[in-house]
Amino acid sequence: MQQRQRIIELNVNGETHTLAVEPQRTLLEVLRDNLGLTGAKRGCDQGYCNACTVLVDGKAVNSCLILAVRAQGKRITTIEGLSHNGRMHPLQEAFVNRGAIQCGFCTPGMVLTAKALLDANPDPSEMQIRRAISGNLCRCTGYVKVVEAIKEAARVLKTGGAA
Amino acid sequence: MQYPRRLPRFEYLEPKSLTEACKLLLQNDGKARVVAGGTDLIPKMKRRDVNPRALISLHGIPGLETISHSQVDGLRLGPLTTLGAVESSTIVTERFNVLYQAVQSMASSQVRGLGTVAGNLCNAAPSADTAPALMVLGTRLKLISPQRERTVAAESFFAGPSATVLEPGEILAEIQIPEVPRRSAGVYIKHTLRRAMDLAIVGVAVAITLQDDTCHNVRIALGAVAPTPIRVPGAEAILKGKGRSGDLFRRAAKEAATACQPIDDVRGSADYRREMVEVLTRRALEQAWDRCPGSTEGKR
Ligand SMILES: Cc1cc2nc3c(=O)[nH]c(=O)nc-3n(C[C@H](O)[C@H](O)[C@H](O)COP(=O)(O)OP(=O)(O)OC[C@H]3O[C@@H](n4cnc5c(N)ncnc54)[C@H](O)[C@@H]3O)c2cc1C
Ligand code: FES
Ligand code: FES
Repeated sequence: MQQRQRIIELNVNGETHTLAVEPQRTLLEVLRDNLGLTGAKRGCDQGYCNACTVLVDGKAVNSCLILAVRAQGKRITTIEGLSHNGRMHPLQEAFVNRGAIQCGFCTPGMVLTAKALLDANPDPSEMQIRRAISGNLCRCTGYVKVVEAIKEAARVLKTGGAA
Repeated sequence: MQYPRRLPRFEYLEPKSLTEACKLLLQNDGKARVVAGGTDLIPKMKRRDVNPRALISLHGIPGLETISHSQVDGLRLGPLTTLGAVESSTIVTERFNVLYQAVQSMASSQVRGLGTVAGNLCNAAPSADTAPALMVLGTRLKLISPQRERTVAAESFFAGPSATVLEPGEILAEIQIPEVPRRSAGVYIKHTLRRAMDLAIVGVAVAITLQDDTCHNVRIALGAVAPTPIRVPGAEAILKGKGRSGDLFRRAAKEAATACQPIDDVRGSADYRREMVEVLTRRALEQAWDRCPGSTEGKR
């Protein structure tokens, strides 16, 4: 058997961490257990709920499905990395203003999924928004407010709202 | 069993070439698995449905994420080409639209960003959405092993639920989709309970090529209604060389319903599936025909 632990470098929210991890650890486990970043939630742990969504090189992916060793050298953004100098990202503000958060369990994944969408398509149609978040399960809001919040954030970002 | 647990231990191997990956697969003699996107494999391992001793990651090998296209070679996809990359490729949307229809119907945007077309095929679920679409496009699959290289037609790739013709040490190295003739169109209809994040109760893919006002070529493939995705040559034969006729569409659809071997499961009963194969095959044939450039409907 090979040496179990591997040394990997993860760039999380702009900071580089050097970590020793075993290959069977998922990115979600390492973010939560090693780095204490508990924004990404473990819901189903198998790809169905997207509460664990993080951005890897700008793309929204399920951190419960990626091995941490595979994220070596990649740029990872978690919900903790969205605010700037104590100011929330327009998406976060819109979620708060629109009441798109109830229990909040789905919110980090929802916001990051929306960020990936708006980065790729600053002016999405309602259908495109609904399609982008179709894998993000929310048991509380009924999604209507979430869609409204994303639309509002898109408007704010387009008119150059502070990010 | 159905509850996921943390992943068990395994050895993680990162070969630098496909040949090396094949050798590692062979050396580990059935105890190792290739991992592409991991969207099938990781959850299965968490549920202890499969317990590989080693995972062979393809991510250390450069150049496997290709989508290349030329008139001569058609469309070629690499083993790490993701569903998401295929979904956002203009060449796929414009010329191989049936594949786009299949891919956009799958999973979530997050899973599509990780999962690959090759993984969807190699996982060999009877409901694998890309399979019927690739079959009607006349796709061939290049398989490589330390001993040899061969290509098989997509419809000859599957051996049963979760089983393929891949031999020990063999890897799917390329998905080869021939250029689509000009007056052609394809349709994939995925019948699901929910509009997103659901597996097919029935999947029907149809591709038609017209010549003058007759059907020059037609392929029909079905998903989720047999131990593997299947072609239905009997139904195709009814239409070849013939003009557009509702009666022939009905006969071909009936033949497809007879040829499939559905089972009862949580998603639907065998009887319901057979019924839906008939309805959806007819619908897909009508739609595909009318989308062919220069069809009487298309001209309107
Ligand atoms: C939430 C969720 C929703 C889903 N929805 C759908 C859906 O709607 N439709 C659908 O069809 N599927 C669906 N899937 C299944 C899965 O996402 C797809 O099958 C995906 O395409 C698998 O690709 P992958 O790269 O992740 O495969 P992996 O998990 O990496 O591999 C799958 C299998 O193929 C083998 N393999 C991979 N690449 C190769 C290769 N090049 N050569 C030899 N063997 C190889 C692996 O060893 C493994 O056994 C869903 C999965 C999840 C988690
Ligand atoms: S925890 Fe990852 S998708 Fe549910
Ligand atoms: S706010 Fe509770 S799950 Fe979405």
